[in-house]
Amino acid sequence: MTGNPTLRRLGLLTPALMTIAVLIGVPLMLLFWISLLQKGGSSGVDWGAAPSLGNYIRLVWEEDFDGTMILNTSYLVILLRSILQAAVTTGLSLLFGLPVALWMAGLSRGQRDMMLLLITIPFWTNLLVRNYAWLIILRDDGWLSQAINFVSPGGPIQLLYNDLAVAIGLTYSFLPFMILPLYTVFEKFDWRLLEAAHDLGATRSRALRRVLIPIAMPGIAAGSLLVFIPCLGAFVTPALLGGGKTLMLGNIIQMQFGASRNWPFGAALAVVLLGLMLFVMVCMAIWRNRRVK
Amino acid sequence: MNIRRFPMTREISLLVLVYLYVPVVVLVSYSFNANRTATVWSHASLDWYGRILANPAIQSATQNSLVLALCAATAATVIALLAALATARAFPSRGGVEAVLNMPLILPEIVVAVATLMLFVALGVQLGLGTMILAHTAFCIPFAYLPIRARLEGMNQSYGEAAQDLYANRFRSFRRVTLPLLWPGIMAGFTLAFVTSLDDFLTSFFLSGPGTTTLPVYIFSSIKAGITPEINAISTVMLVISVLLVSLSFFLGRLRR
Repeated sequence: MTGNPTLRRLGLLTPALMTIAVLIGVPLMLLFWISLLQKGGSSGVDWGAAPSLGNYIRLVWEEDFDGTMILNTSYLVILLRSILQAAVTTGLSLLFGLPVALWMAGLSRGQRDMMLLLITIPFWTNLLVRNYAWLIILRDDGWLSQAINFVSPGGPIQLLYNDLAVAIGLTYSFLPFMILPLYTVFEKFDWRLLEAAHDLGATRSRALRRVLIPIAMPGIAAGSLLVFIPCLGAFVTPALLGGGKTLMLGNIIQMQFGASRNWPFGAALAVVLLGLMLFVMVCMAIWRNRRVK
Repeated sequence: MNIRRFPMTREISLLVLVYLYVPVVVLVSYSFNANRTATVWSHASLDWYGRILANPAIQSATQNSLVLALCAATAATVIALLAALATARAFPSRGGVEAVLNMPLILPEIVVAVATLMLFVALGVQLGLGTMILAHTAFCIPFAYLPIRARLEGMNQSYGEAAQDLYANRFRSFRRVTLPLLWPGIMAGFTLAFVTSLDDFLTSFFLSGPGTTTLPVYIFSSIKAGITPEINAISTVMLVISVLLVSLSFFLGRLRR
Protein backbone atom coordinates (compact mmCIF):
# COMPACT_ATOMS: atom_id res chain seq x y z
CA MET A 1 0.00 0.00 0.00
CA THR A 2 1.21 3.48 -0.79
CA GLY A 3 1.83 6.06 1.87
CA ASN A 4 -0.12 8.78 0.09
CA PRO A 5 -3.57 8.86 1.70
CA THR A 6 -5.29 10.41 -1.32
CA LEU A 7 -3.96 7.72 -3.68
CA ARG A 8 -4.82 5.00 -1.19
CA ARG A 9 -8.37 6.35 -0.85
CA LEU A 10 -8.74 6.48 -4.62
CA GLY A 11 -7.59 2.89 -4.90
CA LEU A 12 -10.12 1.71 -2.30
CA LEU A 13 -12.95 3.65 -3.96
CA THR A 14 -12.20 2.57 -7.53
CA PRO A 15 -14.06 -0.78 -7.53
CA ALA A 16 -17.26 0.77 -6.12
CA LEU A 17 -17.26 3.85 -8.31
CA MET A 18 -16.34 1.84 -11.41
CA THR A 19 -19.11 -0.72 -10.80
CA ILE A 20 -21.72 1.99 -10.38
CA ALA A 21 -20.39 4.00 -13.35
CA VAL A 22 -20.35 1.00 -15.71
CA LEU A 23 -23.55 -0.71 -14.55
CA ILE A 24 -25.70 2.35 -13.79
CA GLY A 25 -24.09 5.49 -15.27
CA VAL A 26 -23.33 4.10 -18.74
CA PRO A 27 -26.74 2.39 -19.10
CA LEU A 28 -28.50 5.65 -18.19
CA MET A 29 -26.54 7.55 -20.85
CA LEU A 30 -27.38 4.82 -23.37
CA LEU A 31 -31.03 5.16 -22.33
CA PHE A 32 -31.02 8.87 -23.21
CA TRP A 33 -29.37 8.15 -26.56
CA ILE A 34 -31.76 5.31 -27.49
CA SER A 35 -34.76 7.46 -26.57
CA LEU A 36 -33.75 9.67 -29.52
CA LEU A 37 -33.57 6.74 -32.00
CA GLN A 38 -36.26 4.71 -33.77
CA LYS A 39 -37.34 1.09 -33.43
CA GLY A 40 -36.16 -1.50 -35.90
CA GLY A 41 -33.64 -4.25 -36.44
CA SER A 42 -33.46 -7.56 -34.60
CA SER A 43 -32.44 -6.00 -31.28
CA GLY A 44 -35.36 -3.57 -31.29
CA VAL A 45 -33.31 -0.45 -32.04
CA ASP A 46 -32.39 1.10 -35.39
CA TRP A 47 -28.85 2.16 -34.50
CA GLY A 48 -28.32 4.10 -37.73
CA ALA A 49 -31.34 6.36 -37.32
CA ALA A 50 -30.79 10.10 -37.10
CA PRO A 51 -31.47 11.22 -33.51
CA SER A 52 -34.78 13.05 -33.13
CA LEU A 53 -37.34 13.92 -30.50
CA GLY A 54 -39.92 11.76 -32.34
CA ASN A 55 -40.54 9.47 -29.36
CA TYR A 56 -41.22 12.38 -27.04
CA ILE A 57 -43.56 13.98 -29.61
CA ARG A 58 -45.38 10.63 -29.89
CA LEU A 59 -46.29 10.92 -26.21
CA VAL A 60 -48.67 13.76 -27.05
CA TRP A 61 -49.19 13.92 -30.81
CA GLU A 62 -50.09 11.19 -33.24
CA GLU A 63 -49.62 11.36 -37.00
CA ASP A 64 -52.86 10.82 -38.91
CA PHE A 65 -52.97 9.01 -42.28
CA ASP A 66 -52.84 12.28 -44.21
CA GLY A 67 -49.87 13.55 -42.22
CA THR A 68 -51.71 15.95 -39.91
CA MET A 69 -50.86 15.69 -36.23
CA ILE A 70 -53.71 14.92 -33.87
CA LEU A 71 -53.68 15.06 -30.10
CA ASN A 72 -53.30 11.64 -28.48
CA THR A 73 -54.21 11.74 -24.82
CA SER A 74 -53.83 8.04 -23.97
CA TYR A 75 -50.23 8.37 -22.69
CA LEU A 76 -50.96 11.68 -20.98
CA VAL A 77 -53.83 10.02 -19.12
CA ILE A 78 -51.50 7.25 -17.90
CA LEU A 79 -48.89 9.82 -16.88
CA LEU A 80 -51.49 11.84 -15.01
CA ARG A 81 -52.88 8.70 -13.38
CA SER A 82 -49.41 7.71 -12.14
CA ILE A 83 -48.94 11.14 -10.58
CA LEU A 84 -52.41 11.10 -9.01
CA GLN A 85 -52.00 7.54 -7.74
CA ALA A 86 -48.62 8.47 -6.20
CA ALA A 87 -50.18 11.59 -4.63
CA VAL A 88 -53.13 9.63 -3.19
CA THR A 89 -50.75 7.00 -1.77
CA THR A 90 -48.58 9.73 -0.21
CA GLY A 91 -51.70 11.32 1.31
CA LEU A 92 -52.95 8.01 2.71
CA SER A 93 -49.50 7.18 4.12
CA LEU A 94 -49.37 10.56 5.84
CA LEU A 95 -52.91 10.22 7.19
CA PHE A 96 -52.10 6.87 8.82
CA GLY A 97 -48.34 7.28 9.30
CA LEU A 98 -48.48 10.49 11.33
CA PRO A 99 -50.63 9.10 14.17
CA VAL A 100 -48.51 5.93 14.29
CA ALA A 101 -45.24 7.90 14.53
CA LEU A 102 -46.77 10.17 17.16
CA TRP A 103 -47.98 7.24 19.22
CA MET A 104 -44.64 5.42 18.96
CA ALA A 105 -42.75 8.49 20.22
CA GLY A 106 -44.79 8.41 23.44
CA LEU A 107 -44.03 4.76 24.22
CA SER A 108 -41.41 3.35 26.57
CA ARG A 109 -37.98 2.46 25.19
CA GLY A 110 -38.65 -1.28 24.86
CA GLN A 111 -42.08 -0.82 23.30
CA ARG A 112 -40.62 1.63 20.78
CA ASP A 113 -37.97 -0.87 19.64
CA MET A 114 -40.67 -3.51 19.31
CA MET A 115 -42.84 -1.20 17.17
CA LEU A 116 -39.85 -0.19 15.03
CA LEU A 117 -39.16 -3.85 14.32
CA LEU A 118 -42.84 -4.53 13.51
CA ILE A 119 -42.92 -1.57 11.10
CA THR A 120 -39.64 -2.48 9.34
CA ILE A 121 -40.15 -6.24 8.92
CA PRO A 122 -42.69 -5.90 6.06
CA PHE A 123 -40.28 -3.57 4.26
CA TRP A 124 -37.64 -6.31 4.09
CA THR A 125 -39.98 -9.03 2.89
CA ASN A 126 -40.60 -9.65 -0.78
CA LEU A 127 -42.59 -6.86 -2.45
CA LEU A 128 -44.08 -9.31 -4.93
CA VAL A 129 -45.23 -11.66 -2.18
CA ARG A 130 -46.77 -8.80 -0.17
CA ASN A 131 -48.80 -7.62 -3.15
CA TYR A 132 -49.78 -11.19 -3.95
CA ALA A 133 -51.20 -11.49 -0.42
CA TRP A 134 -53.57 -8.60 -1.24
CA LEU A 135 -54.52 -10.36 -4.45
CA ILE A 136 -55.75 -13.33 -2.38
CA ILE A 137 -57.71 -11.07 -0.01
CA LEU A 138 -59.33 -8.88 -2.65
CA ARG A 139 -60.31 -11.39 -5.31
CA ASP A 140 -63.93 -12.18 -6.10
CA ASP A 141 -64.14 -15.43 -4.11
CA GLY A 142 -61.89 -14.08 -1.34
CA TRP A 143 -63.18 -13.78 2.21
CA LEU A 144 -63.43 -9.97 2.13
CA SER A 145 -65.71 -10.00 -0.91
CA GLN A 146 -67.76 -12.81 0.65
CA ALA A 147 -68.04 -10.93 3.93
CA ILE A 148 -69.27 -7.79 2.16
CA ASN A 149 -71.70 -9.90 0.17
CA PHE A 150 -72.98 -11.46 3.39
CA VAL A 151 -73.69 -8.05 4.95
CA SER A 152 -75.25 -6.57 1.84
CA PRO A 153 -76.23 -9.31 -0.65
CA GLY A 154 -76.29 -8.45 -4.33
CA GLY A 155 -73.78 -10.62 -6.12
CA PRO A 156 -70.01 -10.62 -5.74
CA ILE A 157 -68.38 -7.22 -5.55
CA GLN A 158 -65.39 -6.46 -7.72
CA LEU A 159 -62.66 -5.34 -5.33
CA LEU A 160 -59.70 -6.04 -7.60
CA TYR A 161 -58.46 -4.38 -10.79
CA ASN A 162 -59.41 -0.80 -9.93
CA ASP A 163 -57.65 2.32 -8.68
CA LEU A 164 -58.63 1.64 -5.07
CA ALA A 165 -56.99 -1.80 -5.10
CA VAL A 166 -53.80 -0.25 -6.52
CA ALA A 167 -53.91 2.50 -3.85
CA ILE A 168 -54.30 -0.11 -1.09
CA GLY A 169 -51.37 -2.12 -2.47
CA LEU A 170 -49.11 0.90 -2.93
CA THR A 171 -49.85 2.24 0.55
CA TYR A 172 -49.15 -1.22 1.93
CA SER A 173 -45.84 -1.33 0.05
CA PHE A 174 -44.49 2.08 1.06
CA LEU A 175 -46.12 3.07 4.39
CA PRO A 176 -42.95 2.26 6.42
CA PHE A 177 -41.06 4.91 4.38
CA MET A 178 -43.45 7.53 5.80
CA ILE A 179 -43.53 6.28 9.40
CA LEU A 180 -39.76 6.03 9.91
CA PRO A 181 -38.72 9.65 9.06
CA LEU A 182 -41.70 11.01 11.02
CA TYR A 183 -40.77 8.90 14.01
CA THR A 184 -37.18 10.19 13.85
CA VAL A 185 -38.52 13.75 14.15
CA PHE A 186 -40.96 13.00 17.00
CA GLU A 187 -38.34 10.99 18.89
CA LYS A 188 -36.16 14.12 19.18
CA PHE A 189 -39.11 16.43 19.83
CA ASP A 190 -38.92 18.67 22.92
CA TRP A 191 -42.25 17.92 24.58
CA ARG A 192 -41.92 21.00 26.82
CA LEU A 193 -42.96 23.05 23.77
CA LEU A 194 -46.33 21.32 23.87
CA GLU A 195 -46.61 21.94 27.60
CA ALA A 196 -45.85 25.61 26.99
CA ALA A 197 -48.54 25.81 24.31
CA HIS A 198 -50.94 24.11 26.68
CA ASP A 199 -50.11 26.47 29.54
CA LEU A 200 -50.72 29.40 27.23
CA GLY A 201 -54.25 28.13 26.71
CA ALA A 202 -53.92 26.28 23.39
CA THR A 203 -56.29 23.36 22.97
CA ARG A 204 -54.84 19.98 22.05
CA SER A 205 -55.76 20.23 18.37
CA ARG A 206 -54.48 23.80 18.16
CA ALA A 207 -51.16 22.80 19.73
CA LEU A 208 -50.96 19.96 17.22
CA ARG A 209 -51.62 22.27 14.28
CA ARG A 210 -49.49 25.21 15.38
CA VAL A 211 -46.58 23.53 17.20
CA LEU A 212 -46.17 19.84 16.42
CA ILE A 213 -46.96 19.77 12.67
CA PRO A 214 -44.72 22.77 11.79
CA ILE A 215 -41.81 21.17 13.64
CA ALA A 216 -42.53 17.84 11.93
CA MET A 217 -42.49 19.42 8.45
CA PRO A 218 -38.96 18.19 7.53
CA GLY A 219 -40.02 14.64 8.44
CA ILE A 220 -43.28 15.00 6.52
CA ALA A 221 -41.32 16.25 3.48
CA ALA A 222 -38.74 13.44 3.66
CA GLY A 223 -41.42 10.77 4.11
CA SER A 224 -43.53 12.16 1.26
CA LEU A 225 -40.54 12.07 -1.09
CA LEU A 226 -39.70 8.50 -0.04
CA VAL A 227 -43.28 7.37 -0.76
CA PHE A 228 -44.03 9.49 -3.84
CA ILE A 229 -40.93 8.58 -5.89
CA PRO A 230 -41.12 4.77 -5.74
CA CYS A 231 -44.90 5.03 -6.38
CA LEU A 232 -44.27 6.89 -9.64
CA GLY A 233 -42.19 4.01 -10.97
CA ALA A 234 -44.28 1.21 -9.44
CA PHE A 235 -44.71 -1.87 -11.60
CA VAL A 236 -45.53 -4.88 -9.42
CA THR A 237 -48.58 -3.42 -7.63
CA PRO A 238 -50.45 -2.14 -10.72
CA ALA A 239 -49.46 -5.31 -12.61
CA LEU A 240 -51.00 -7.57 -9.95
CA LEU A 241 -53.84 -5.54 -8.39
CA GLY A 242 -54.69 -3.20 -11.28
CA GLY A 243 -56.32 -3.96 -14.59
CA GLY A 244 -56.22 -2.57 -18.12
CA LYS A 245 -57.88 0.63 -16.93
CA THR A 246 -55.42 1.33 -14.12
CA LEU A 247 -52.13 1.21 -16.05
CA MET A 248 -49.27 3.23 -14.60
CA LEU A 249 -46.01 4.50 -16.10
CA GLY A 250 -44.13 1.37 -14.99
CA ASN A 251 -46.56 -0.89 -16.85
CA ILE A 252 -46.32 0.92 -20.18
CA ILE A 253 -42.52 1.03 -19.93
CA GLN A 254 -42.49 -2.74 -19.42
CA MET A 255 -44.89 -3.22 -22.38
CA GLN A 256 -42.45 -1.49 -24.76
CA PHE A 257 -39.82 -4.07 -23.76
CA GLY A 258 -42.28 -6.94 -23.89
CA ALA A 259 -45.18 -7.35 -26.29
CA SER A 260 -44.95 -3.99 -28.14
CA ARG A 261 -41.18 -4.28 -28.59
CA ASN A 262 -40.53 -0.58 -29.15
CA TRP A 263 -37.36 0.00 -27.14
CA PRO A 264 -36.72 3.63 -28.14
CA PHE A 265 -40.25 4.62 -27.12
CA GLY A 266 -39.84 2.66 -23.86
CA ALA A 267 -36.54 4.49 -23.28
CA ALA A 268 -38.32 7.84 -23.82
CA LEU A 269 -40.99 6.84 -21.26
CA ALA A 270 -38.23 5.89 -18.79
CA VAL A 271 -36.55 9.28 -19.35
CA VAL A 272 -39.90 10.99 -18.66
CA LEU A 273 -40.13 9.05 -15.38
CA LEU A 274 -36.58 10.12 -14.44
CA GLY A 275 -37.38 13.74 -15.35
CA LEU A 276 -40.54 13.69 -13.23
CA MET A 277 -38.56 12.30 -10.31
CA LEU A 278 -35.85 14.95 -10.66
CA PHE A 279 -38.50 17.69 -10.89
CA VAL A 280 -40.08 16.58 -7.61
CA MET A 281 -36.69 16.36 -5.89
CA VAL A 282 -35.63 19.82 -7.09
CA CYS A 283 -38.96 21.33 -5.95
CA MET A 284 -38.43 19.75 -2.55
CA ALA A 285 -34.84 21.09 -2.33
CA ILE A 286 -36.00 24.63 -3.22
CA TRP A 287 -38.76 24.44 -0.61
CA ARG A 288 -36.26 23.28 2.01
CA ASN A 289 -33.84 26.13 1.20
CA ARG A 290 -36.62 28.70 1.50
CA ARG A 291 -37.56 27.29 4.88
CA VAL A 292 -34.02 27.57 6.20
CA LYS A 293 -33.93 31.24 5.18
CA MET B 1 -53.23 14.40 31.41
CA ASN B 2 -50.16 13.04 29.64
CA ILE B 3 -48.95 15.63 27.16
CA ARG B 4 -47.36 12.93 24.99
CA ARG B 5 -50.57 11.02 24.39
CA PHE B 6 -52.89 12.08 21.61
CA PRO B 7 -56.42 10.72 21.36
CA MET B 8 -57.03 8.15 18.63
CA THR B 9 -53.31 7.64 17.81
CA ARG B 10 -53.32 4.34 19.69
CA GLU B 11 -56.41 3.07 17.86
CA ILE B 12 -55.03 4.14 14.47
CA SER B 13 -51.66 2.52 15.24
CA LEU B 14 -53.29 -0.79 16.11
CA LEU B 15 -55.36 -0.54 12.91
CA VAL B 16 -52.16 0.03 10.90
CA LEU B 17 -50.54 -3.02 12.52
CA VAL B 18 -53.58 -5.08 11.54
CA TYR B 19 -53.33 -3.68 7.99
CA LEU B 20 -49.63 -4.60 7.85
CA TYR B 21 -49.96 -8.13 9.19
CA VAL B 22 -53.38 -9.47 8.13
CA PRO B 23 -52.27 -10.13 4.52
CA VAL B 24 -49.21 -12.03 5.79
CA VAL B 25 -51.32 -14.14 8.16
CA VAL B 26 -53.88 -14.87 5.41
CA LEU B 27 -51.15 -15.92 2.97
CA VAL B 28 -49.40 -18.18 5.49
CA SER B 29 -52.60 -19.83 6.70
CA TYR B 30 -53.83 -20.54 3.15
CA SER B 31 -50.51 -22.25 2.41
CA PHE B 32 -51.44 -24.92 4.99
CA ASN B 33 -54.92 -25.42 3.57
CA ALA B 34 -55.53 -28.88 2.10
CA ASN B 35 -58.29 -27.70 -0.24
CA ARG B 36 -57.32 -26.94 -3.83
CA THR B 37 -59.85 -24.09 -4.17
CA ALA B 38 -57.82 -21.78 -2.02
CA THR B 39 -60.77 -20.03 -0.40
CA VAL B 40 -62.48 -23.07 1.11
CA TRP B 41 -60.80 -24.29 4.27
CA SER B 42 -60.97 -28.05 4.73
CA HIS B 43 -58.12 -29.12 7.02
CA ALA B 44 -54.49 -28.33 7.69
CA SER B 45 -51.91 -30.11 5.60
CA LEU B 46 -48.37 -29.83 4.30
CA ASP B 47 -49.35 -31.12 0.84
CA TRP B 48 -48.37 -27.95 -1.01
CA TYR B 49 -44.96 -27.85 0.60
CA GLY B 50 -44.41 -31.41 -0.61
CA ARG B 51 -45.52 -30.38 -4.10
CA ILE B 52 -43.12 -27.44 -4.32
CA LEU B 53 -40.22 -29.60 -3.11
CA ALA B 54 -40.92 -32.05 -5.91
CA ASN B 55 -41.39 -29.39 -8.63
CA PRO B 56 -38.32 -29.34 -10.92
CA ALA B 57 -39.06 -25.79 -12.19
CA ILE B 58 -39.05 -24.49 -8.60
CA GLN B 59 -35.88 -26.45 -7.82
CA SER B 60 -33.96 -24.86 -10.66
CA ALA B 61 -35.38 -21.38 -9.92
CA THR B 62 -34.33 -21.76 -6.26
CA GLN B 63 -30.85 -22.85 -7.29
CA ASN B 64 -30.54 -19.84 -9.64
CA SER B 65 -31.77 -17.45 -6.94
CA LEU B 66 -29.30 -18.78 -4.38
CA VAL B 67 -26.30 -18.71 -6.73
CA LEU B 68 -27.27 -15.21 -7.87
CA ALA B 69 -27.71 -13.86 -4.32
CA LEU B 70 -24.49 -15.48 -3.10
CA CYS B 71 -22.35 -14.12 -5.97
CA ALA B 72 -23.92 -10.65 -6.03
CA ALA B 73 -23.85 -10.23 -2.23
CA THR B 74 -20.23 -11.42 -1.99
CA ALA B 75 -19.04 -9.08 -4.75
CA ALA B 76 -21.08 -6.16 -3.38
CA THR B 77 -19.75 -6.72 0.17
CA VAL B 78 -16.09 -6.78 -0.93
CA ILE B 79 -16.58 -3.63 -3.04
CA ALA B 80 -18.53 -1.90 -0.25
CA LEU B 81 -15.94 -2.86 2.41
CA LEU B 82 -13.14 -1.22 0.40
CA ALA B 83 -15.28 1.87 -0.17
CA ALA B 84 -16.24 2.09 3.51
CA LEU B 85 -12.57 1.93 4.55
CA ALA B 86 -11.93 4.88 2.22
CA THR B 87 -14.85 6.99 3.47
CA ALA B 88 -14.35 6.30 7.19
CA ARG B 89 -12.35 9.52 7.58
CA ALA B 90 -13.58 12.88 6.31
CA PHE B 91 -12.19 14.19 3.01
CA PRO B 92 -13.37 17.08 0.78
CA SER B 93 -15.58 15.17 -1.70
CA ARG B 94 -16.91 12.55 0.73
CA GLY B 95 -20.50 13.75 0.42
CA GLY B 96 -20.37 13.42 -3.36
CA VAL B 97 -18.82 9.94 -3.22
CA GLU B 98 -21.49 8.74 -0.79
CA ALA B 99 -24.24 10.18 -3.01
CA VAL B 100 -22.87 8.12 -5.94
CA LEU B 101 -22.65 4.97 -3.76
CA ASN B 102 -26.28 5.42 -2.68
CA MET B 103 -27.54 6.19 -6.19
CA PRO B 104 -29.08 2.71 -6.68
CA LEU B 105 -31.38 3.43 -3.70
CA ILE B 106 -32.84 6.59 -5.25
CA LEU B 107 -33.19 5.71 -8.93
CA PRO B 108 -36.44 3.97 -9.96
CA GLU B 109 -35.54 0.30 -10.36
CA ILE B 110 -37.50 -0.13 -13.59
CA VAL B 111 -35.48 2.63 -15.28
CA VAL B 112 -32.12 1.12 -14.29
CA ALA B 113 -33.35 -2.36 -15.25
CA VAL B 114 -34.39 -1.44 -18.81
CA ALA B 115 -31.25 0.69 -19.26
CA THR B 116 -29.02 -2.23 -18.20
CA LEU B 117 -30.96 -4.58 -20.48
CA MET B 118 -30.29 -2.28 -23.45
CA LEU B 119 -26.58 -2.04 -22.56
CA PHE B 120 -26.16 -5.82 -22.50
CA VAL B 121 -28.08 -6.25 -25.76
CA ALA B 122 -26.14 -3.42 -27.44
CA LEU B 123 -22.87 -5.12 -26.42
CA GLY B 124 -24.16 -8.46 -27.68
CA VAL B 125 -23.90 -10.10 -24.24
CA GLN B 126 -26.00 -13.25 -23.82
CA LEU B 127 -28.64 -12.66 -21.10
CA GLY B 128 -28.55 -15.11 -18.21
CA LEU B 129 -27.21 -15.68 -14.74
CA GLY B 130 -24.04 -13.68 -15.50
CA THR B 131 -25.88 -10.52 -16.53
CA MET B 132 -28.15 -10.80 -13.49
CA ILE B 133 -25.14 -11.16 -11.15
CA LEU B 134 -23.58 -7.97 -12.58
CA ALA B 135 -26.78 -5.93 -12.29
CA HIS B 136 -27.57 -7.24 -8.77
CA THR B 137 -24.03 -6.45 -7.59
CA ALA B 138 -24.54 -2.79 -8.55
CA PHE B 139 -27.81 -2.29 -6.63
CA CYS B 140 -26.62 -4.35 -3.62
CA ILE B 141 -23.63 -2.05 -2.98
CA PRO B 142 -25.51 0.52 -0.80
CA PHE B 143 -27.18 -2.26 1.23
CA ALA B 144 -23.77 -3.76 2.05
CA TYR B 145 -22.10 -0.37 2.46
CA LEU B 146 -24.43 1.22 5.04
CA PRO B 147 -24.01 -1.35 7.90
CA ILE B 148 -20.22 -1.58 7.36
CA ARG B 149 -19.94 2.20 7.38
CA ALA B 150 -22.07 2.41 10.55
CA ARG B 151 -19.81 -0.13 12.28
CA LEU B 152 -16.64 1.74 11.23
CA GLU B 153 -18.17 5.00 12.44
CA GLY B 154 -18.52 3.66 15.97
CA MET B 155 -15.10 2.01 16.01
CA ASN B 156 -12.17 3.46 17.83
CA GLN B 157 -9.56 4.36 15.17
CA SER B 158 -6.79 4.28 17.76
CA TYR B 159 -6.71 0.45 17.93
CA GLY B 160 -5.27 0.30 14.43
CA GLU B 161 -2.85 3.09 15.26
CA ALA B 162 -1.76 1.26 18.41
CA ALA B 163 -1.06 -1.89 16.35
CA GLN B 164 1.06 0.16 13.97
CA ASP B 165 2.94 1.71 16.90
CA LEU B 166 3.73 -1.87 17.94
CA TYR B 167 5.39 -2.40 14.54
CA ALA B 168 2.54 -4.13 12.73
CA ASN B 169 2.53 -3.06 9.10
CA ARG B 170 -0.64 -1.60 7.52
CA PHE B 171 -1.83 -4.92 6.13
CA ARG B 172 -1.13 -6.82 9.37
CA SER B 173 -2.88 -4.23 11.52
CA PHE B 174 -5.89 -4.35 9.16
CA ARG B 175 -6.05 -8.15 9.16
CA ARG B 176 -5.45 -8.65 12.88
CA VAL B 177 -7.18 -5.61 14.40
CA THR B 178 -9.58 -3.74 12.09
CA LEU B 179 -11.08 -6.74 10.29
CA PRO B 180 -12.03 -8.75 13.43
CA LEU B 181 -13.63 -5.65 14.98
CA LEU B 182 -15.45 -4.91 11.73
CA TRP B 183 -16.67 -8.47 11.19
CA PRO B 184 -20.24 -8.09 12.56
CA GLY B 185 -20.76 -5.06 10.29
CA ILE B 186 -19.47 -6.97 7.28
CA MET B 187 -21.77 -9.91 8.02
CA ALA B 188 -24.76 -7.58 8.56
CA GLY B 189 -24.04 -5.87 5.24
CA PHE B 190 -23.63 -9.19 3.44
CA THR B 191 -26.92 -10.47 4.85
CA LEU B 192 -28.85 -7.36 3.81
CA ALA B 193 -27.32 -7.50 0.31
CA PHE B 194 -28.18 -11.22 0.12
CA VAL B 195 -31.84 -10.61 1.10
CA THR B 196 -32.12 -7.69 -1.33
CA SER B 197 -30.84 -9.80 -4.20
CA LEU B 198 -32.92 -12.84 -3.22
CA ASP B 199 -36.12 -10.77 -3.07
CA ASP B 200 -35.49 -8.76 -6.22
CA PHE B 201 -38.04 -9.21 -8.95
CA LEU B 202 -37.86 -6.31 -11.44
CA THR B 203 -34.18 -6.42 -12.43
CA SER B 204 -34.23 -10.21 -12.79
CA PHE B 205 -37.50 -10.00 -14.74
CA PHE B 206 -35.81 -7.92 -17.45
CA LEU B 207 -32.36 -9.54 -17.38
CA SER B 208 -33.10 -13.26 -17.01
CA GLY B 209 -32.44 -15.10 -20.22
CA PRO B 210 -34.34 -18.19 -21.32
CA GLY B 211 -33.94 -21.00 -18.79
CA THR B 212 -32.51 -18.86 -15.98
CA THR B 213 -35.64 -17.93 -14.03
CA THR B 214 -35.26 -16.85 -10.42
CA LEU B 215 -37.77 -17.66 -7.71
CA PRO B 216 -39.54 -14.23 -7.70
CA VAL B 217 -39.75 -14.27 -11.53
CA TYR B 218 -41.19 -17.80 -11.34
CA ILE B 219 -43.74 -16.65 -8.74
CA PHE B 220 -44.78 -13.68 -10.91
CA SER B 221 -45.34 -15.78 -14.01
CA SER B 222 -47.24 -18.40 -11.96
CA ILE B 223 -49.55 -15.71 -10.53
CA LYS B 224 -50.20 -14.44 -14.05
CA ALA B 225 -51.11 -17.99 -15.12
CA GLY B 226 -53.57 -18.43 -12.22
CA ILE B 227 -53.54 -18.52 -8.43
CA THR B 228 -52.69 -21.94 -6.99
CA PRO B 229 -51.96 -23.16 -3.45
CA GLU B 230 -48.38 -23.91 -4.56
CA ILE B 231 -47.79 -20.15 -4.93
CA ASN B 232 -49.00 -19.64 -1.34
CA ALA B 233 -46.52 -22.24 -0.08
CA ILE B 234 -43.52 -20.93 -2.03
CA SER B 235 -44.39 -17.33 -1.06
CA THR B 236 -44.52 -18.35 2.59
CA VAL B 237 -41.08 -19.94 2.30
CA MET B 238 -39.71 -16.69 0.80
CA LEU B 239 -41.31 -14.62 3.61
CA VAL B 240 -39.81 -16.82 6.33
CA ILE B 241 -36.33 -16.72 4.77
CA SER B 242 -36.39 -12.90 4.47
CA VAL B 243 -37.58 -12.39 8.04
CA LEU B 244 -34.97 -14.79 9.44
CA LEU B 245 -32.10 -13.22 7.49
CA VAL B 246 -33.10 -9.63 8.32
CA SER B 247 -33.44 -10.50 12.02
CA LEU B 248 -29.95 -12.01 11.84
CA SER B 249 -28.64 -8.82 10.25
CA PHE B 250 -30.22 -6.62 12.96
CA PHE B 251 -28.75 -8.87 15.64
CA LEU B 252 -25.27 -8.67 14.07
CA GLY B 253 -25.58 -4.89 13.74
CA ARG B 254 -26.28 -4.58 17.45
CA LEU B 255 -23.46 -6.82 18.67
CA ARG B 256 -21.29 -5.20 21.30
CA ARG B 257 -18.64 -3.01 19.78
